[in-house]
Amino acid sequence: MSEAAAPAAAAPRAASGGGGASRGLPGGRWLGVLPFFLFVTLFLILPTLYIVVGAFRTTGGGWTLQNVLDLNTRSIRNAYWVSVQVSFWSALLGCLIGFAMSAAVVLWGLPRWLKQPLLTFSGVASNFAGVPLAFAFIATVGPAGLITLWLRSDLGVILQAGLWNVPEGLQWLLPGQVRFPRFTILSTWGLILTYLFFQIPLMVLIITPAIEGLRREWREAAEVLGASAWQYWRMVALPILTPSLLGCMALLFANAFGAVATAIALTGPALNIAPILLYAQIRGDVLGNPNLGYALALGMIVITAAANALYVWLRARSERWLK
Amino acid sequence: MTFLDLSRLEKAFGANRVVKDFSLPIEKGEFVSLLGPSGCGKTTVLRMVAGFERPTGGAIRLEGRDVTALRPNQRAVGMVFQAYALFPNLTVAQNVGFGLRVAGVAASEARPRVAEMLDIIGMPEAEYGGRYPFQLSGGQQQRVALARALAPRPRVLLLDEPLSALDAKVRVRLRGQIREIQRRLGITTVFVTHDQEEALSISDRVVVMNGGVAEQVGTPFAVYNQPATDFVASFVGSLTRFEARVTDPQRGIVEAAGVPFDLGRPLPAGAVTLALRPEAVRLGRAQGREAVLPATLQAVEFLGSVIRLRAEAAGATFLLDTFNRPDEPPPAAGEAVEISFRGRDAIVLEDRA
Amino acid sequence: MRAFAWGAFVLGALYFVLPLWGMTEFSLSMRRGEYSFDAYRSVLAMPDFQATFAFSAFMALVTIVVGVLIVVPTAFWVRLKVPELRPVIEFITLLPLVIPAIVIVFGYIRLYNTGSWLPLTGTAMGTNLLLAMGYTVLALPYMYRAVDTGLRTIDVGTLTEAAQSLGAGWATILGRVILPNVLSAVLSGAFLTFAIVIGEFTMAALLDRPAFGPFMQRLGQDRAYEPSALAVIAFAITWGCMGLIGLVSRTQKHTRAAR
Repeated sequence: MSEAAAPAAAAPRAASGGGGASRGLPGGRWLGVLPFFLFVTLFLILPTLYIVVGAFRTTGGGWTLQNVLDLNTRSIRNAYWVSVQVSFWSALLGCLIGFAMSAAVVLWGLPRWLKQPLLTFSGVASNFAGVPLAFAFIATVGPAGLITLWLRSDLGVILQAGLWNVPEGLQWLLPGQVRFPRFTILSTWGLILTYLFFQIPLMVLIITPAIEGLRREWREAAEVLGASAWQYWRMVALPILTPSLLGCMALLFANAFGAVATAIALTGPALNIAPILLYAQIRGDVLGNPNLGYALALGMIVITAAANALYVWLRARSERWLK
Repeated sequence: MTFLDLSRLEKAFGANRVVKDFSLPIEKGEFVSLLGPSGCGKTTVLRMVAGFERPTGGAIRLEGRDVTALRPNQRAVGMVFQAYALFPNLTVAQNVGFGLRVAGVAASEARPRVAEMLDIIGMPEAEYGGRYPFQLSGGQQQRVALARALAPRPRVLLLDEPLSALDAKVRVRLRGQIREIQRRLGITTVFVTHDQEEALSISDRVVVMNGGVAEQVGTPFAVYNQPATDFVASFVGSLTRFEARVTDPQRGIVEAAGVPFDLGRPLPAGAVTLALRPEAVRLGRAQGREAVLPATLQAVEFLGSVIRLRAEAAGATFLLDTFNRPDEPPPAAGEAVEISFRGRDAIVLEDRA
Repeated sequence: MRAFAWGAFVLGALYFVLPLWGMTEFSLSMRRGEYSFDAYRSVLAMPDFQATFAFSAFMALVTIVVGVLIVVPTAFWVRLKVPELRPVIEFITLLPLVIPAIVIVFGYIRLYNTGSWLPLTGTAMGTNLLLAMGYTVLALPYMYRAVDTGLRTIDVGTLTEAAQSLGAGWATILGRVILPNVLSAVLSGAFLTFAIVIGEFTMAALLDRPAFGPFMQRLGQDRAYEPSALAVIAFAITWGCMGLIGLVSRTQKHTRAAR
């Protein structure tokens, strides 16, 4: 491959110049990073730019804003909106639960030895995304999933219909049938539930160092000044952690927004979220306008870039305080 | 009634007794230092007074009330930590006002109090009030920590090696400021340090600790000049040690290197280890210093106002200090000299059993 | 407070354990009435399984090699020669985390199609190359960060000067001085890359390549029990890769030279 050959070719040439920097070669210092920039330009930057630019072009070759404006149809708006919801809820819940689990071990008195297994498992689980994850959840809480069937046969709970046939022993407490919101894994909330499997561990991995960064002396200083545990948390610890928490949530949001494989494997191309819409469009121009695909992709980039920028900004703020 | 009474405090972590039978009555307005090497238990005692450690034995009484079982936030003590521990998300003014805010003091009352405290530490609110801890130097942060601890008018002030993290010059200046503020406010203070110069220079009383026990309690003058144990003598200040033989136990006459001198008090018969402070030994003969030993100069350190000499005599290395005299250049190493001291200045060393 | 902590932790642990248990139990339930490995036997015997797994494994190896060849010299060069470029390069290596994979592969399809200046998608070989490049881009953030951290800990500058004063050329320096010392970082990056590539779906599906990810997804639509077996296998592979990373970082600590 040409890229692989380049560093090996550049290196002897640079070395033959003698000493450190290469003499006699224009921009000799920069030769070493040439392969990297070549690779990145060809396979990351150019393709992305092509998409971004393509969003503002017509099939004839002229410039236009029409593609972006055409995003404003009901099904596309809906797709983005569902994506935003799934990403938001999986990020928020991932944030809260991940924080709780990390704090439980680091702060709230659970045995110390739990920390390493927690972190190790989080490392594994945060990478266990995509198709196999969907299979695991279908096998567990899908229509024929083990828990679904167990709930029906042993407890009389029918998830998909939202009914609970109260067993005889409890009839005196809750007579007849109890209704609750029906649940199926093949839905938006099913997707959120599944996404949590890699969102929570990601949160744990990122927030644990931040929680460990809360110095013991701060709590003690607050206590000796008369503060209760709640007051310490409200006035000192939470404000210190908030930039990290929010930043992490933004990261989780971006993470979920761009995910495709799990959703496809779970609900098939039928679920209307932005990445799946884009997937269908790439596969077969379901929208009837090839350039609309570019606009869709542009929309996705804008949202994930904004979320990441928010994460970076919040992280920088929290680091400034904790110098 | 003793203001702060520490009575027979014990602290054990498992089988490890870190503080053993520690008792110390402290009067109101006193500045007491706990001095000792790492691991001697001084910080543990302080943390027990603050409430962060539960004593495994003994009691702590503050103004007559037993506070041993109280949580730190119920004791009304103030504490300054070695690592400053300022809340990074709050401004200087908010840090100082933290204790007041927690107690529910109205802002109209709290603001003037905060301004007053900031004035006392020499960092007026107008200039420093809105700054954040990361914008301050170490010395400034520690001063803010002091103001924060004092703002809620605690009954006792506790300082846990507050100067150890600072530069030497800042340390010296700040310890004087701490003492001055303490005097002005008249607040009972317990100060933990491993630096004996710090403890001696600013305390009313010094408690020298070693291995969990208090080896001596006394004024800096007493602890320095009348050390009760070998450990205290060598930990506080510098010391020369040498062997002597008791020739007259009743009158306390000893002999070293063939030279007799009188300690003026009865001594046990046999061999005895004596110690002398550097300022008690003179180079050459001097009036009133009747014990004269022949010696060889080993080293001469010119420290500026003081010249520190090391001389070999009576089988030991003697440390002696003399003042710099502009018209007299210091002697050279290797010279044969005489050193003299007063018999009564010799300290008899005995180890605690 | 501790009760709340235990409650939160146990509930959280339950959330993770249940799906893992579910997929395992399901995968063993192919034969009615008893536990058996029938689902695994069925899957492992499928020619498609073997072919796509081999394809993805091979792709992973290619990605690792390309990744190492690009990242190690670059990270080394940046540390030593052009430190001012560091922020730029670090920013670029974080872009794949911002730009979704689906957008990147969309760009490939449009930019390198049969009508363009580099018609990679015209041939199977070309598309495979494209896929490998895409995978390398996906793995770039992790690979770069691992190697960069490894270089930082071994004080690259001093080592290089020592080697140069002994007469070594660049290839020798890179190959015999630097690489062995950052081996654990490189291996960590490699195992992570393997885990990412082996199950990757989006790029492989849109480029229509016979990879493991699309195979799994197709199977999920056709069969009932085999997908769970696949999920168990995939989880085991992920766990194995992470375990190897942990192992490699532990052994590195012993071989780091004392200053």
